[in-house]
Amino acid sequence: MGPPLRPNQCRSRLGAPPSLPAVCGRVARNPGLQVGMAAFAATAGRLLGLRAAGTEGRLLRLRGAGLQWALLQPASATGDAAQRRQVAHFTFQPDPEPQEYGQTQKMNLFQAITSALDNSLAKDPTAGKDRVFNTPLCEQGIVGFGIGIAVTGATAIAEIQFADYIFPAFDQIVNEAAKYRYRSGDLFNCGSLTIRAPWGCVGHGALYHSQSPEAFFAHCPGIKVVVPRSPFQAKGLLLSCIEDKNPCIFFEPKILYRAAVEQVPVEPYHIPLSQAEVIQEGSDVTLVAWGTQVHVMREVASMAQEKLGVSCEVIDLKTILPWDMDTVCKSVIKTGRLLISHEAPLTGGFASEISSTVQEECFLNLEAPISRVCGYDTPFPHIFEPFYIPDKWKCYDALRKMINY
Amino acid sequence: MAVGENPSQSLSPVMDSPSLRELQQPLLAGVGCGPPVQKPGEPQLGPPFGETAFAESLRGWQLLPPPLPTVSAGLGEPGPPDLEHPQRQEQQHFPSLDDKPQFPGASAEFVDKLEFIQPNVISGIPVYRVMDRQGQIVNPSEDPHLPQETVLKFYKSMTLLNTMDRILYESQRQGRISFYMTNYGEEGTHVGSAAALDSTDLVFGQYREAGVLMYRDYPLELFMAQCYGNASDLGKGRQMPVHYGCKERHFVTISSPLATQIPQAVGAAYAAKRANANRVVICYFGEGAASEGDAHAGFNFAATLECPVIFFCRNNGYAISTPTSEQYRGDGIAARGPGYGIMSIRVDGNDVFAVYNATKEARRRAVAENQPFLIEAMTYRIGHHSTSDDSSAYRSVDEVNYWDKQDHPISRLRHYLQGRGWWDDEQEKAWRKQSRKKVMEAFEQAERKPKPNPNLLFSDVYQEMPAQLRKQQESLARHLQAYGEHYPLDHFEK
Repeated sequence: MGPPLRPNQCRSRLGAPPSLPAVCGRVARNPGLQVGMAAFAATAGRLLGLRAAGTEGRLLRLRGAGLQWALLQPASATGDAAQRRQVAHFTFQPDPEPQEYGQTQKMNLFQAITSALDNSLAKDPTAGKDRVFNTPLCEQGIVGFGIGIAVTGATAIAEIQFADYIFPAFDQIVNEAAKYRYRSGDLFNCGSLTIRAPWGCVGHGALYHSQSPEAFFAHCPGIKVVVPRSPFQAKGLLLSCIEDKNPCIFFEPKILYRAAVEQVPVEPYHIPLSQAEVIQEGSDVTLVAWGTQVHVMREVASMAQEKLGVSCEVIDLKTILPWDMDTVCKSVIKTGRLLISHEAPLTGGFASEISSTVQEECFLNLEAPISRVCGYDTPFPHIFEPFYIPDKWKCYDALRKMINY
Repeated sequence: MAVGENPSQSLSPVMDSPSLRELQQPLLAGVGCGPPVQKPGEPQLGPPFGETAFAESLRGWQLLPPPLPTVSAGLGEPGPPDLEHPQRQEQQHFPSLDDKPQFPGASAEFVDKLEFIQPNVISGIPVYRVMDRQGQIVNPSEDPHLPQETVLKFYKSMTLLNTMDRILYESQRQGRISFYMTNYGEEGTHVGSAAALDSTDLVFGQYREAGVLMYRDYPLELFMAQCYGNASDLGKGRQMPVHYGCKERHFVTISSPLATQIPQAVGAAYAAKRANANRVVICYFGEGAASEGDAHAGFNFAATLECPVIFFCRNNGYAISTPTSEQYRGDGIAARGPGYGIMSIRVDGNDVFAVYNATKEARRRAVAENQPFLIEAMTYRIGHHSTSDDSSAYRSVDEVNYWDKQDHPISRLRHYLQGRGWWDDEQEKAWRKQSRKKVMEAFEQAERKPKPNPNLLFSDVYQEMPAQLRKQQESLARHLQAYGEHYPLDHFEK
């Protein structure tokens, strides 16, 4: 016999229509070792605000009370090419199928994330379905709650709907999560906390669905900040973040959620944190980026080779904090030129940290000033996005100037 | 996404090709049930009300011109239900709207009289007490009948804390430690609640709960070590005084930002629930911290996620210099609990038995029923906020003396003890001497100990030291080799 239900414990108490599944009674108790939690803050205004009606030619017909409310014609029906929305500013370049992790499956980026979460939850098969749940709409609460779970030793994976909304949780992340171990003399820690959030430009996200806030967190010792470039990278890096004994923030390039598809191992595997990857070797210029921008840089490298005969070394930084200085410096010592690019605004962006460090460590090796191609120092605009982003033409032009310095 | 797949898979923020069904997530999705699966051939989901539910309300409505399409919040525009084709609605059978509103957001009756609810602050939530100011039990059925040994432990914990406070406050005034916060007047809230918990219940505090640690037998040596930041400090000298922490005694290390511990306590309680730990988490905070957003977050999460947590608010009348009249306008903190769906009580915080009884019952039910409890313990902050504060700037000495003399948890308990014949003036004199001696010894020892090795400045930022940080550590070591004479190295361990 279980303990007494308190009044109104059953969620259907609100008199909701009986067809809704009622979640009554106490949460099933399971001796689970780990708790995986994704807090999906269901926000009508934020999430669904992106689904502008009429995208890509879909016709919406709305009926009501016998009256026709037909509204929107497909954009192509107007015959005006200029009205069509911009295609992506990059082409996703999948990596070759990985051989060393067993069977793979074609996955896009969000499927790879889901696969990582499934693997993580499966580590404790006794635990029930109540491990993935909604919370009230409150980022400071989501992160604070996740910290509390992690303090007890259980694993917490907290989701912020968009990185743009992480700021209410900034105090919990910077003043609490990052400092938990240090301030307690290692008596307590929240290392089993991972925060994930969609990140970066998406074509029409504007101010509040496009931000890349990694630089704010780069200034905070005690946390790790990670940005994957692809589905394969995302799963391995996310699993590393979950296993890592320090609180981690995992930013997922939302534009790649569906656009990036490649073969991803079904079983869990780990890609190490704080290790940058030279994804293309070269001798004349080092190009450093992370997330979506890595694919832009790959194209820039091709353009440079084709048009200028310049050989580029492309580095995916992957972990922003703590970042892999050695790989970047080693490359710049070889090439003598460095171009760093990110969507986030120029001033105070993470490129400034890389630039400052590289000029300290590799000053005499530099053939040209370090170049940063970044977003402008403005909020992220809507209609002007094609002009705002550090696209391949701007990167190419900066590279050309560096070569000719 | 193929038709028939679970639409929740498509709930990602990418903007390409949303289907109408994706747009039209059921308006009741927020009830936590997840969106119903859309089967092929099923009519589009609209609001789940049967045609009959709207029949009456739409009778007059149909004569009006159709409203212009509005820009919704992006939900798509489901429009009103299609009355011409009722079979296009999902078949639902609900009672008529005449009887009771069916809004998912609230359950209540209709009312046809316009009337605002008046907040009740004049005769608000009453204050539960067991003893009067003379230590007499008011209602014998509420007497917890604690054994002599236990009540003596209460008394000795409170008085030892009081003695330690006096000495450490003085030591700050003399420049021996940098900072201190006393607990004068609130000892009852600490000891009464600590005694009602299991020793393994996790404690998240604010900064004025040292009596909880005292009750759990945290040694004087470690209190002092933390305040002095000496090499014995478990916290490795990293924080200001009074930021205690003890893993062994399940007391999470204090941090300065206010109210941040509240949602954390809730998360810890959730984990304890899932682990079947039969533990409660208690979370202490002041009435000032209760104004922070984190408090609201914590309360709401605890209620919705059904967490075995006790929220213990020490309402001591002041947040530094901000009196309660400038902190809130409602009926204190206890009145907020029901707004979140939380069982709540207000108690006399200077009555250690009232605090004990309330916490004990709250603990029992929180664990048994997996729900949060809110206890607002009314008390008075007799001391200054901290050594950085001179409260005579904002309150009268008379007011302070009133509480010190007329309603102090220690004297009330002493009256009770003396009334039971468990304590007398002789014992009082002897205990005062003994406790002072204990504190002084610990104090002198703490003062003599060196500070921790400066290398401990760099460790524990992460579990493993990153390469950059190691370089910085080496850089400081080199710097000290050349410039060490300008640094207080003599006071630190080598």
